[in-house]
Amino acid sequence: METSQLRIPYFPGCTLNTTAKGFDTSLRASAQALGVELVELPEWNCCGATFPLLADNILDLAGPASVLVAAREMGERLAVACTTCYNVLRRTNLAIQTDEDKRQKLNLFIEAQYEGDLQVLDFLQVLRDEVGFEKVARTVKRPLTGLKAAAYYGCMVLRPASEVAYDDPENPRALDDLLMALGAEPIEYAHKGECCGSYLAVVSAQAAAEMTYSILSSAQKNGAQLIATNCPLCQFNLDSQQAEIGRRHTGYQTIPVLYFSQLLGIALGLDADDFDWEKHSVDPRPVLELVEPR
Amino acid sequence: MQDKEPITRALIIGAGIAGMQAALDIANSGYEVVLVDKLPSIGGRMAQLSETFPTLDCAQCILTPRTVEVGHHDRIKLVTYSEVEEVAGQVGDFRVRIRRHPAYVNWDACTGCGLCQEKCPKRVVSDFERGLGRRKAIYTLSPQAVPNRPVLDRESCLHFQGDRCRVCEKVCPVGAIDLEQEGNTIEERAGCIVMATGYDLYSMDRLGEYGHGDLANVIDGLAFERMLSASGPTAGKILRPSDGAEPKEVVFVQCAGSRDPELGVPYCSKICCMSTAKHAMLYKHRVPDGQAYVFYIDVRSAGKHYEEFVVRTVEENRTIYLRGKVSRVFEEGDKVAVWGVDTLSDRQVEISADLVVLATPMIPGGGTVQLAKMLGLHADEAGFLSEFDASMQPVETLRAGVFMAGACVGPKDIPETVAQASGAAAKVLSTFARWGKVAEGEAAARAEDL
Amino acid sequence: MRARMSAETLTSELTRRIEEISGENLLKCYQCGMCAAGCPAAFAMDMLPSQAIRFLQLGLVEEVLNSDTPWLCAACQTCYARCPKGLDLSRIMEAIREIVLQERGDYIDLGDLSPRDLAEIPQQAFIACFRKYTA
Repeated sequence: METSQLRIPYFPGCTLNTTAKGFDTSLRASAQALGVELVELPEWNCCGATFPLLADNILDLAGPASVLVAAREMGERLAVACTTCYNVLRRTNLAIQTDEDKRQKLNLFIEAQYEGDLQVLDFLQVLRDEVGFEKVARTVKRPLTGLKAAAYYGCMVLRPASEVAYDDPENPRALDDLLMALGAEPIEYAHKGECCGSYLAVVSAQAAAEMTYSILSSAQKNGAQLIATNCPLCQFNLDSQQAEIGRRHTGYQTIPVLYFSQLLGIALGLDADDFDWEKHSVDPRPVLELVEPR
Repeated sequence: MQDKEPITRALIIGAGIAGMQAALDIANSGYEVVLVDKLPSIGGRMAQLSETFPTLDCAQCILTPRTVEVGHHDRIKLVTYSEVEEVAGQVGDFRVRIRRHPAYVNWDACTGCGLCQEKCPKRVVSDFERGLGRRKAIYTLSPQAVPNRPVLDRESCLHFQGDRCRVCEKVCPVGAIDLEQEGNTIEERAGCIVMATGYDLYSMDRLGEYGHGDLANVIDGLAFERMLSASGPTAGKILRPSDGAEPKEVVFVQCAGSRDPELGVPYCSKICCMSTAKHAMLYKHRVPDGQAYVFYIDVRSAGKHYEEFVVRTVEENRTIYLRGKVSRVFEEGDKVAVWGVDTLSDRQVEISADLVVLATPMIPGGGTVQLAKMLGLHADEAGFLSEFDASMQPVETLRAGVFMAGACVGPKDIPETVAQASGAAAKVLSTFARWGKVAEGEAAARAEDL
Repeated sequence: MRARMSAETLTSELTRRIEEISGENLLKCYQCGMCAAGCPAAFAMDMLPSQAIRFLQLGLVEEVLNSDTPWLCAACQTCYARCPKGLDLSRIMEAIREIVLQERGDYIDLGDLSPRDLAEIPQQAFIACFRKYTA
């Protein structure tokens, strides 16, 4: 049993409470197995789901700013699971830190005295920098030997690099390195950070299908048996668009798309029954059966 | 100014085409020159080039007479494999301390027969060949090297790395190998100094979207020059570095790092439009059934006969110029996928290339900034040396008696470099002549007093 | 048809608003096309991102207001990441959407979505759409 406990405030975000339940359950269980205690903020609201891009965006920053204030009351750091929330919270925090005008107006607006002195961290970053992938590797009970996995990062932890990146934005490694620590074989492909279409699924079927197709087919062409991602919206797009892709591209073969935490949980030998496999359009379980049982 | 008569002797730092031209102009006017270079032999970047635009002269053929003349000149003292370490004094009497790196070869005894290089068992990747070729641990930069004397690279030498070897020592017919040799410093005195430290290329490591320099078939312009050179690692054949196949689809990317204040350098590197046109043309000369593509933002061909040269590349060599940048380059099987755009047709473009050549910007030659600091010269943000007055005194620095020429002042091509070097030499010569007049006048005055 | 150009057309109220709302100087763009070369959604757009900026530079704002390009920008910021001039196109696209939404009302009606979509699509996508596509 792990003795050294790392206690860190945690923000799951809306999507992990609903469509990405499997992300949340597998992430919490894995964290616990690695000696990380995630303390969910007692009260939290939606981050806003997209960083407001208007020059005058103060009103739209109030939501994420309230989350930051709540988190700061619990400590100096905040671990975020959803990469969109991470992106929005981190950029909001940076705006508060660096833009005095915004800081003053926001504090007036949400009745707080917040200086932006919080470290907003993506959970994968916590895993890499605080737990350490070597320790993850040592804790693995059921290595994912022989599994060829494509790490998919999406946009939110890469761009804009100066505000959110904790990795090389043109050639990120963190997720690949984690997959390697789990015993899987991360494959090289060019689309690790190409946009999946994000919310375009709602307005353009064509955009959503073709953007995901270029990512999925690139991963498959390079030998991937599954895709591992850290973004709940990317997971949804990449997974659920495959039916439409099949209609548009004859002969298309499906590929499962998992949250990295699901793979982490399996590799740590955890009970994966509540990892919410039913929500996946392409069932990952047949591929996972290739892994030796513990 | 000073008690003694000023020294009419020039010291030139950098023995590329700029430094050589200045040295010859000054020496041929009757004055002594000390010519320093950190490399073992002279010729600089031009020694790496294949053919020059817009005349397609063989670079080596027009360079060699100069290197030979410099090498044999009675009034030029060559101090190669050496770096300026300290400069004291002032105009009229600079005292320059120079560190000579140990060559582990007694150059006075060496005859340049080349046997040591031939027999040396250790091969390493050659910087001179831009990573496309290899050299021995004991080497000269090229067969035409001046001086034709080898140096031993301690980091690669088996003997220095603890293995038994000493093959060079055994085979040398004149006993010139000296594995105990140590570096030394010398002091040279000079009345004027000319900075001619040339350029390096911006590193491909910094171009993440183009693969960080990690992709075998993505190379920079100087590497392509080596490939084009008859004396280069492929003997002038165009070969894909990954597997030696002849590339049939070659993509040239201009402004790869230049005109990019966000991620690269803000300035226009000036020579790339022409060197790229030349590369595309020479590629077609070597591979007539191949296709060349050039991604460009603007074609800046402002030079005598330059525009006509570009037109030939397009019309006669049927190079396709695509107006726009390349956003991404990545390996796909044994090809390199290039994602670009042609803003004239408003189409995103994808090319499955065999070879990609990046026109990376010129940056000041290594050591320029440190030397500038040592000499109290000014440099701009990029590290290029600043003129005393950019319009009216373009080869003068802020320091009296220190002049400059070539690419260490800013990106420029060979003709402009040579012209500027002659300009710097003229300034040195007029300074020396003025001192001569003063000395004559003083002598005359003294004679009158008597 | 010739585009009539004058000092007046080049400094229209609309252009000024776009620069103000986005916080970006449109004339910083030198039309290298880097954004268009890398945009993952450009294949679906009726106008390349660089072309949209060009129209804005020339004061031909209507062209862009009537284009689907701003609505197909997912703000992935691939363009911004590689733009040599550091122009954040996603902010400019947001400004265009803002102006169109103010003038013409909602771009989408979330009520049109099927119950299946509503159940399956993560709500973060709806919230994002609601913020980007409705007035």
